[in-house]
Amino acid sequence: MSLVKNEEPLLKVDDLKVHFTLTKGFMQKPVGSVKAVDGVSFELRHGETFGLVGESGCGKSTTALAVLRMQPLTGGLIKFEGNDITQLEPHQMRPLRRRMQMVYQDPFSSLNPRMRIRDIIGEPLLVHGLATDRRSFRARIDELMDMVGLLPDMSDRYPHEFSGGQRQRIGIARALALEPSLIICDEPVSALDVSIQAQVLNLLMDLQRELGLTYLFIAHDLSVVRHISDRIGVMYLGRIVEIAGRDELFASPKHPYTQALLSSIPLPDPALEATRPQQLIVGEVPSPKTPPSGCHFHPRCPKVMSVCSVHSPNLARNQAGSLPNHSDESQVACHLYDASFGREG
Amino acid sequence: MSSDTLLDIEHLSVSFRTDRGKVRAVSDLSLSLKRGETLAIVGESGSGKSVTALSILRLLGDNGVIDHGRVVFEGRNLLSLSTDEIRRIRGDRIAMIFQEPMSSLNPVLTIGKQVAEPICLHRDKNWDEAFEIAVELLTKVAIPDAKERLDDYPHHFSGGMRQRVMIAMALACEPRLIIADEPTTALDVTVQAQILALLNELTEQSQTALILITHDLGVVARYADRVAVMYGGRIVETADAKELYANPQHPYTVGLMASIPGIEGDAGARLITIDGQPPDLADLPSGCAFATRCQHAHDACRTSIPALDPVEQNPSHRSACFGYPL
Repeated sequence: MSLVKNEEPLLKVDDLKVHFTLTKGFMQKPVGSVKAVDGVSFELRHGETFGLVGESGCGKSTTALAVLRMQPLTGGLIKFEGNDITQLEPHQMRPLRRRMQMVYQDPFSSLNPRMRIRDIIGEPLLVHGLATDRRSFRARIDELMDMVGLLPDMSDRYPHEFSGGQRQRIGIARALALEPSLIICDEPVSALDVSIQAQVLNLLMDLQRELGLTYLFIAHDLSVVRHISDRIGVMYLGRIVEIAGRDELFASPKHPYTQALLSSIPLPDPALEATRPQQLIVGEVPSPKTPPSGCHFHPRCPKVMSVCSVHSPNLARNQAGSLPNHSDESQVACHLYDASFGREG
Repeated sequence: MSSDTLLDIEHLSVSFRTDRGKVRAVSDLSLSLKRGETLAIVGESGSGKSVTALSILRLLGDNGVIDHGRVVFEGRNLLSLSTDEIRRIRGDRIAMIFQEPMSSLNPVLTIGKQVAEPICLHRDKNWDEAFEIAVELLTKVAIPDAKERLDDYPHHFSGGMRQRVMIAMALACEPRLIIADEPTTALDVTVQAQILALLNELTEQSQTALILITHDLGVVARYADRVAVMYGGRIVETADAKELYANPQHPYTVGLMASIPGIEGDAGARLITIDGQPPDLADLPSGCAFATRCQHAHDACRTSIPALDPVEQNPSHRSACFGYPL
């Protein structure tokens, strides 16, 4: 991908925080908070796909909603197309929503069962006042359906007449209707069968090439994320623990959590599996209500040190090649690399 | 039937009565399982893999009908047993682990009671003795402080812990066969790896046979000795796991293998897809169910159903395909 080095990123998220207050009883007395997203920073460059992976409850979907301002923020900064959108009022956000759209996980519950496909795909155009006359409105819907590989003849049908893969295509057509520059895909293929997943992934990649779209791609399936992403961020309990280019991340993962995550995925090759060392991590993801001190991963980490339970490591950028085989771009939040980053423990 | 055969399913056909008439979910399915073997049944939703599993223990529900076939387990046809006789086998000689650890444990019974119940029922122990065995079992599946947790309810446990409890329940009576239907689909990857490794270790230790139903070809590669690939209610290919991955024969298996984005190989390249949709079981084509999506299909494929025949004289590798020029 040809990227100008100092080009303004399409989206810049800086120290994003979303905390939910926990309440108790009838009077809703606050008794604590869940730091669902706790200081997340990343950038999306024009035309790239940034994959965000992590296990359930790590805050990846909340991050997505916060970026779209569909979730109240506790703190942080979101810059989209060069403008700070953190403080915008709902009516100010509305025109921007044309530029940022979302494709949801569940193609069964994200389409209104009582609306015809034509109306589902066309609704964004009506909402934003882009439907000038009936003929061009219909032509636009036909064009969108064609783009996602659906026959325009089907536009009078209802969602239940379509299969899961086709419904996901409808969701994608709806997202494309307003010609957005950013599409956030929240687990877009995880509800689909394997052979259908491949069709939808191919479609997303074709559309990106044709329309120059930028994707924030959220998933828990690392092989899917690897396939579609240019760069990948790994989240654990509300924080990003590692960001790296796709090939770097898979060839030499730096954070122990990333390493464990990669070794947890069984590969579809019995010969390889028989020889592959399995590095299982113990325990489960702790409750975000009571996250461990210091580095959130330290109770499960095979390489834990005394500093890990005390200080939370920053997401440090790899500068001047302090990590071998990694570009300047990659970032990791782990005390193991304190020395490489020239930082005090 | 040779002496080390544990389970032999012969020509099993299962249908469901629905609003749209009788729908055939499994057709003429035969497979056998040796003692201590791990067999994976793979296929997409609606391929009949879960129905096959449920048929073995006759858990189909009111609208499911076994039209034809035999399920011979340790020399007895399970399909001709009385309700009492099959009850004595469920949870004792054959145990089942379900997909959803959230909904397959009883929310109003304590964990201890649920794990101890099969021991009371099948082993003629009193509750105190059964609770003691339950503690051992829960310790075996790595639940910390098992004794203190006997009185906890399922909602006190996380998803992974609940699936451990399910495994403990399944192991309670030292069954000869465990059927695990997508046991880790609802879990996160790091927990999935733990649970499967545990299940694999415990079944290997006790020489328990395992039928692992899954759609994840990576899981199959890691744990299965043998694989049966299902499509449209039939087995389309079966082979030893290594052989199947190295030398897939049926166009559906080939397509399935090609369509998974691995963590090896060429990222970003177009995935090879199988065009079209899985078949509607209520409206199956008259020939091979895969013919409508198969790029090699010829006239014979559309009119008659291919038999599951040995591949290149190898009796353990079978494929149901009329063949195509490579």
